[in-house]
Amino acid sequence: MAEIIQEEKHQGGKKKPKKHSTEIDMTPMVDLMCLLITFFMLTTAFAKPKVMEIALPEKIKKNEKVDPPKIAESRTLNIIMGPNDKVYWYPGKADPAALVPLQETDFSATGIRQVLLDRNRALFKKIEAFKDDVTAGKVEIKQDSLQAAIRQLKKSDDTGPIVLIKFYKKAKYKNFVDIIDEMSIVGIAIYIVTDINWIEESMVEHALGIPSTSSAPTAKK
Amino acid sequence: MPKIKIPHKSPHVDMTPMVDLFSLLLTFFMLTATMKPSEPAPVDTPASISEKATPDKNIMTITIAKDSRVFFNVDNGPDTILHFRPKVLEEMGKRYNIVFTPQELRTFEKNTVPFGVNIKEFKSYLSAKDNERAKFEKGIPIDSTDNQLALWILFSRQVNPSAQTLIKGDNDVEYPVVKKVLDILQDKNVNRFSLITSLEKVEVVEEAKK
Repeated sequence: MAEIIQEEKHQGGKKKPKKHSTEIDMTPMVDLMCLLITFFMLTTAFAKPKVMEIALPEKIKKNEKVDPPKIAESRTLNIIMGPNDKVYWYPGKADPAALVPLQETDFSATGIRQVLLDRNRALFKKIEAFKDDVTAGKVEIKQDSLQAAIRQLKKSDDTGPIVLIKFYKKAKYKNFVDIIDEMSIVGIAIYIVTDINWIEESMVEHALGIPSTSSAPTAKK
Repeated sequence: MPKIKIPHKSPHVDMTPMVDLFSLLLTFFMLTATMKPSEPAPVDTPASISEKATPDKNIMTITIAKDSRVFFNVDNGPDTILHFRPKVLEEMGKRYNIVFTPQELRTFEKNTVPFGVNIKEFKSYLSAKDNERAKFEKGIPIDSTDNQLALWILFSRQVNPSAQTLIKGDNDVEYPVVKKVLDILQDKNVNRFSLITSLEKVEVVEEAKK
């Protein structure tokens, strides 16, 4: 972009008044503007963070008597977040008499996602097929009603797992977001974030190989 | 052989249209750019596949820093006519028998950064200079004995019922702290909220399509 400014050669002894070029060298200005534009373009494009929506069940008041919802044991899948990004899971219900060994896995594509997919294949396929139909133009649907349609598909599903998500006390916030994210990747219809109980705590501690810090609560009822 | 005369051309390129365009673009980007206010605690948010953008008005943000300090911010973006911030602070002051002067309320309104300050130290926090405020940022108390975060949430929702709740947590915050904040939210009947995350590339789940 450099400009070459031609200078007139003065020859001879006669002194002429110097002719200044009327043009201004704009190169530095253009350089600076290029730089600033690039800067502002990049910062505006990447500034906005995203949000992930999550809804928790309404809290049960202390003096309110509500029966715990009945869920099929065969459909239940418990996921416990352990320390150091470890993920433990076991199916069904924890029984203090016969402890089920915890399965250990992680957040890689072949880890917990595979476990969830295996159990949620039917629903996942349905959702994927529906999405494919939409992109192929077989189903005419607006973009904002796509989410609603998927929600409807999830609602009518009765084969997928019911996932109970629990956190061992040393779990990190990252795990919390990751596991809920995993639920939306795999398209799990029903998942609940709930408190860990003492049986599961000791199961995690057993799996970690550290002495158990929790024991059966003394009968309070 | 006759000499071929090369026509004398000026090596000048007329850059005026280019400069015009550039200045136009530059003005546009400078005006649309929103300056990110500096935060009292750096927070490294986890990633998710969600592509929903953060709303920029009617929000209250709860920030959980790496060292488990809790910050709060109520923001209505560019829409400052409604004066939510001073109203919330006034309500909060009433509860703790602290009267804030109009000057202090104005300072609070203008300074839209998250704060992690005990309400009892709020007066000195507001009168401190910008660079001296850090020592007051000890985090908002969330214990059951003095649950100020719950009150902030309560008053923010009273002043602006359509406020959405956002939670911005650091990757390494331990879950019990998060749990406590979620419990406070549920106590105040906030069951629907959003977690601020950075965007992660969607990985193709090929395994399922066997």
